[in-house]
Amino acid sequence: MATGTPARAPIKWQVARLVERRVETATAQTLVLEVPDWPGHLPGQHVDVRLTAPDGYQAARSYSIAGPAVDGPGGPRIEVTVQRVPDGEVSPYLIDVFGAGDPVEVRGPLGGWFIWRSEDTAPVQLVAGGSGIVPLMAMIRARRAIGSRVPFRLIYSVRTAEDVIYADELRRRVRDDFGLDVAYVYTREAPDGWRGEPHRIGLADVNTHGWPPDLEPQTYVCGPTGFVEAVADLLVGLGHPSRRIKTERFGPTG
Amino acid sequence: MGIVSPGFQGRPRSQEPALPPGQYLTEDFPVLSAGPTPRVSLDTWEFVISAENGTEYRWSWQELMALPQETPMVDIHCVTHWSKLGTTWQGVSLDTLLDGVDTGAHFALAHSYGGYTTNLPLDDLRGGRAWVAHTFDGAPLPAEHGGPARLLVPHLYFWKSAKWVRGIRLKTMDEPGFWETAGYHDYGDPWREQRYQGD
Repeated sequence: MATGTPARAPIKWQVARLVERRVETATAQTLVLEVPDWPGHLPGQHVDVRLTAPDGYQAARSYSIAGPAVDGPGGPRIEVTVQRVPDGEVSPYLIDVFGAGDPVEVRGPLGGWFIWRSEDTAPVQLVAGGSGIVPLMAMIRARRAIGSRVPFRLIYSVRTAEDVIYADELRRRVRDDFGLDVAYVYTREAPDGWRGEPHRIGLADVNTHGWPPDLEPQTYVCGPTGFVEAVADLLVGLGHPSRRIKTERFGPTG
Repeated sequence: MGIVSPGFQGRPRSQEPALPPGQYLTEDFPVLSAGPTPRVSLDTWEFVISAENGTEYRWSWQELMALPQETPMVDIHCVTHWSKLGTTWQGVSLDTLLDGVDTGAHFALAHSYGGYTTNLPLDDLRGGRAWVAHTFDGAPLPAEHGGPARLLVPHLYFWKSAKWVRGIRLKTMDEPGFWETAGYHDYGDPWREQRYQGD
């Protein structure tokens, strides 16, 4: 860990506007936000999104940023992928109500730990559970954007094939991005032609599709708490040192 | 007040208890941690307060349990925006542990099994506001929530309540901990919404 904290200017709330929406799955959508004063970010960082009701009531949630910022005619654009939380307060609004051109307040980038630094040449293994794919996809996209040759492996646990977020892009990247491997684990229902039964991620999945500890990979695990706990324990059991395993967990963030 | 989000109403608020700004209520107990959960055996567990002059004060698990126990019921506030109200704990007050510790230090750096650290003013560990907690909701604190024992400092954002706590170093100079080095606020008062550096 680095020592000393440089003095930092406050990270201010600023107004962003929705410029594009993409349906990813039945319950997840990607929102492309135009953020005129976006300062840039590292893959894995997140952004706080704040909604304000007419009476001044506010609700804020953190969302992982899904990829590098891109330049648009009105300034930088960032994208977040929002998973609908049943009975949630913010995600149903962002998915059902928030419209093209509507304003929303954002604050970021935030989080300086669960990030991939492209100058780090260690092989990378990514383990995603459900919508935990989002910050890991940001790393995959950043790798592509800078033409990095750092070898990446992604293990992505989903309920069914229909729940895969970024499915088409992942297929394309496996084909086109040299040195990226993707393996899926299906927990409820496996697609036709899949070898094996649906199961929760286990030792064999991590051992087969991850990097061996002697390559000293940097590992990122993101998903629901139970998933992250299980995967982190498996990795430690396989001999990966704890300090090489970064985790991010999400509970309900309606 | 920020800009109004067209069509946003939010949850019904008539019965909302007072929460710090930017927080929402949860009944669950979400987990936030940066790496794998350390597994610590009670046989080898110890808690160490290291004074700035090098003197160390140590407690084994049995010694901790033999100290006067308190059962705080407190609200907790995580920087990731959730709050949980009326949580019940059991543990030993830092007043008890610091009693008899000879120090003129103003700062504390809590450190954990697994390597986590977080810094606080020493005053915030005194005055009946901080505990080494080992029981949550009447049961041993689960490892993913910081068991065998975690720091409990509920008047600050919950990252200050170091999980898997192993000791506290008393310091004459403030030294930022893990999240504080990664951009989070040095003090972390939820009522002043001190989430990030510069807030």
